[in-house]
Amino acid sequence: MLTVENLDVWFGHAPERVDAVKSASFTVPQGESFGLVGESGSGKSTILRAITGLIDTWSGRVIVAGEAIAGRHRSRAFHKTVQMVFQDPYASLHPRHSVDRVLSETLYLQGMDRIDQRIARLLDQVGLGQGFRFRYPHQLSGGQRQRVAIARALAAEPKLLLLDEPTSALDVSVQAEILNLLGDIRAERGLTYVMVSHDLAVVAHMCDRLAVMREGRIVEQMDAARLRAGAAEGDYARALIAASTGYARET
Amino acid sequence: MSPLLSVRNLRVSFPTRSGMFEAVRGVSFDLGRERLGVVGESGSGKSMTGRAILGLVRPPGRVEAERMELGGESILNLPEARMRRLRGSRISMVMQDPKFSLNPVMTVGRQIMEGYRLHTGKSRAAARDKALEMLAAVQIRDPERVFHAYPHEVSGGMGQRIMIAMMLAPDPEILIADEPTSALDVSVRNEVLRIMDRLVGARGMGLIFISHDLNLVAQFCDRVLIMYAGRVVEELPARDLHAAKHPYTQGLLNSLPRLDRPVERLAVLQRQEGWRDALPAETP
Repeated sequence: MLTVENLDVWFGHAPERVDAVKSASFTVPQGESFGLVGESGSGKSTILRAITGLIDTWSGRVIVAGEAIAGRHRSRAFHKTVQMVFQDPYASLHPRHSVDRVLSETLYLQGMDRIDQRIARLLDQVGLGQGFRFRYPHQLSGGQRQRVAIARALAAEPKLLLLDEPTSALDVSVQAEILNLLGDIRAERGLTYVMVSHDLAVVAHMCDRLAVMREGRIVEQMDAARLRAGAAEGDYARALIAASTGYARET
Repeated sequence: MSPLLSVRNLRVSFPTRSGMFEAVRGVSFDLGRERLGVVGESGSGKSMTGRAILGLVRPPGRVEAERMELGGESILNLPEARMRRLRGSRISMVMQDPKFSLNPVMTVGRQIMEGYRLHTGKSRAAARDKALEMLAAVQIRDPERVFHAYPHEVSGGMGQRIMIAMMLAPDPEILIADEPTSALDVSVRNEVLRIMDRLVGARGMGLIFISHDLNLVAQFCDRVLIMYAGRVVEELPARDLHAAKHPYTQGLLNSLPRLDRPVERLAVLQRQEGWRDALPAETP
């Protein structure tokens, strides 16, 4: 479904050029859920942004559903195949557009028919229901907004969802609801996920495999069982797993 | 021993178009020389409790309490001038994001010196020595360089250590830390906690640690208050947090994904109207 080979992403020009991602390679087969973990600035979100075309200063090979992509331009077919959900549901919805407008615009741009019925179905699917259709973002809680963002991503009937910290702005009880929803949708539609998160427990719960990133490089790839066992091969990944299990008091 | 801080029936309310909104509804606790965790979700009133103690609730917000005493002396609704003398010298606060709490156009050293001199009246030279000493105490390797740096030149973890250095310089009795590590990466988070742990322990301070992270609080604190809708619904020793009795606390714990316990689906919290009014569970 997704193949990334020797991906380099950079910002700015020499001598101030910053190499945000350095020769990253990974493959995600159809139906798999793949995690990208690492600390802030490790380049995990940057990979997603380069794939979707939000960043055009990259090189390497990226193949999505058999189609090689380049630069910033993406075909219509690409956007039908790939959709993204962002971290901050407060920032990713237009404050003056109602839920109905957000979804109908997306459906129209995707060239969908029976827009009215589709909106109703999408809202049901993300657990919001018809009552939310004509609300504005400020009338929704954080979790409800993230549900709208997920409905918008699903509107195109994509095959690959890129999830950039989809629950880190939410309370833990709301996070559980959204993670369950994402799990259900993947099971129903046979979607492929690439999920970026700094929370290893969330990634272990959601993903089959994952890559650990550090300073722009993928330092290790492992499956979820290995992550749970804390059995990373490299020192960095092991230290990261140990640190995220918590704090040991001295006194 | 009498507590450092004693709070009885604290209420914080704000007028809204549909009447008074009560953000904190009758919170009571005593703080000794200990680490007290206050946990809850957004909107539970945990930050507002901290702000009320420091007198940082601005009108039209209203703070009421039967008692709010610092070392036996009432600090409820003190005039701003008197509160300003307490704030920083006897009670300090570290907030979530150092990017917003440090002055961007003043060097780190000058900021630490300013606060210290204001509260102790010491000379510039003494303040400078103190600032360098505090930067070293929060494990900054090159205090001299950081002293002359501006906030944008340091990382988030270093910024938070600088905040801790600044807040602890005047030797307060109580530190209120409001999500002090939530904006930090895990490896940096543990370093900052370690520093706070050591300094608070060595000085015999009282610490109020406000956080949404139950596991962290269970590991870091001595005692925990769990807040829901402006009330304390449960109070228990931190090491017993995982044996919590209140369904809200249990629900929160169960909704967290855990590395050591794989589950098919996460448990979802079923909120009950009764929790809003429930009195704190009895603690032995």
